[in-house]
Amino acid sequence: MGLLSKKDARLILDPLADNNPITIQVLGICSALAITAELEASIVMSISVLFVLGVGNVIISLMRNIIPSKIRIIVQLIVVATLVIIVDLVLKAYAYELSKTLSVFVGLIITNCIIMGRFEAFALANKPWPSFLDGIGNALGYGVILIIIGFFRELFGSGTLLGFKVLGDPIEKTGVYAFGYENNGFMLLSPMALIVVGIIIWIQRSRNKELLEEELVGHCDI
Amino acid sequence: MEKTTDKNSYTLLFAIGMVLVVGSILAFAASGFKDKIDENKRIERQLNILYAMGVNENEGSNMSFVSKDIVESEFKKYITKQFIIQGEKISEDNKAYLLDLKKEHALAKNASHQRRLPMLIGEKDGKMFYIAPIRGKGLWDAIWGYVALDKNMVVLGAFFDHKGETPGLGANINQRFFMDDFIGEHLFDEANNFKGINVSKSNADPKNKDKKDNEVDAIAGATITGDGVSAMIKSELRLYLPYFKNLKN
Repeated sequence: MGLLSKKDARLILDPLADNNPITIQVLGICSALAITAELEASIVMSISVLFVLGVGNVIISLMRNIIPSKIRIIVQLIVVATLVIIVDLVLKAYAYELSKTLSVFVGLIITNCIIMGRFEAFALANKPWPSFLDGIGNALGYGVILIIIGFFRELFGSGTLLGFKVLGDPIEKTGVYAFGYENNGFMLLSPMALIVVGIIIWIQRSRNKELLEEELVGHCDI
Repeated sequence: MEKTTDKNSYTLLFAIGMVLVVGSILAFAASGFKDKIDENKRIERQLNILYAMGVNENEGSNMSFVSKDIVESEFKKYITKQFIIQGEKISEDNKAYLLDLKKEHALAKNASHQRRLPMLIGEKDGKMFYIAPIRGKGLWDAIWGYVALDKNMVVLGAFFDHKGETPGLGANINQRFFMDDFIGEHLFDEANNFKGINVSKSNADPKNKDKKDNEVDAIAGATITGDGVSAMIKSELRLYLPYFKNLKN
């Protein structure tokens, strides 16, 4: 990577796989379960978090030397809430259609643990540029998992992808439904999202043994 | 030595400063964008009302409103009269579609206040549409809609929307597969009792061929939003019964 130093590149690449905020740090699970019934919602949420986390990390990093440590969590919360509200207002004024799609996510973005987690763990102790990269990396890592879950939930739950009926029409019995296939309504409910996250974690850890916690490795030996 | 940023006085000043700065930024932004946002909301209402009476650009299974550039003129063309109904009193008001139902709901809690009901009359291809704006509660927040009826209170078209229902589940009440089911549904049962339209999970009629069963098929995983739609239709449209009774006589 010519543009980024090795250290900077790691800030972006690590959260995509070996230090993924959802599957490794188990943060941001709430929204990963709540809004992934459709692929489109997953994509919209990923882009929103990408923006808020990227910009928020820079702001917190710029303020890191003047924030009183006793009230730092409140300050972080205010920064992210302000950011989200301003974006929401601008969208409502100039891109009303888009804002209607996003309005549901506004509350979820503010309470997303990943955002507070990155502010607290990274931006408060690092300069703006690395903080920006860290924000982008973590938001991408979050987005990748969200999109994977959204893909499987929409495909098996509704038989559609981004609203297109890729498996045929369940009521008219065309496509795969002609062979007796049925949508699994359970996929649309949050518990199934948790199981999908579980499967992703399982696959990830079985491919990369370094991610296993020590006592688990011990058990594997027996 | 204690760092400056750890001192109580500094913390207090910082907090006050931050509140002032953020408060003014937000107040400034909110009032700056207010006109533009209100205008967008007004246009949205016109689009939704026209959609409910079938003035839209739906093609095949796609869902599309009329273009924003022509909405004002289309609204004038198709909506011929607007009323506010308050008890026996019916007064014409060409801003009836802007009546804030949230405020009306709040005012109606006071028994001495008689609720004002907006009613829009539309005309398309010689057919009359009686459009009632309605509002209710979903799972997380408000839901609302516009129901176009004929004078026998049979649904000619409906539009629903929501503030914050779950994406992929309850949020789908503003999708065509849900809203189209309402077209042709009767609000009265066979014995001529007001029943409303129930969003039913146990409906054995997923293609919605039976229009007189007072039921449409619910959305899987969105029970409470669906129940909210049922309750909203029943409680809000019931208020219009005297008006439609007069209309028939």
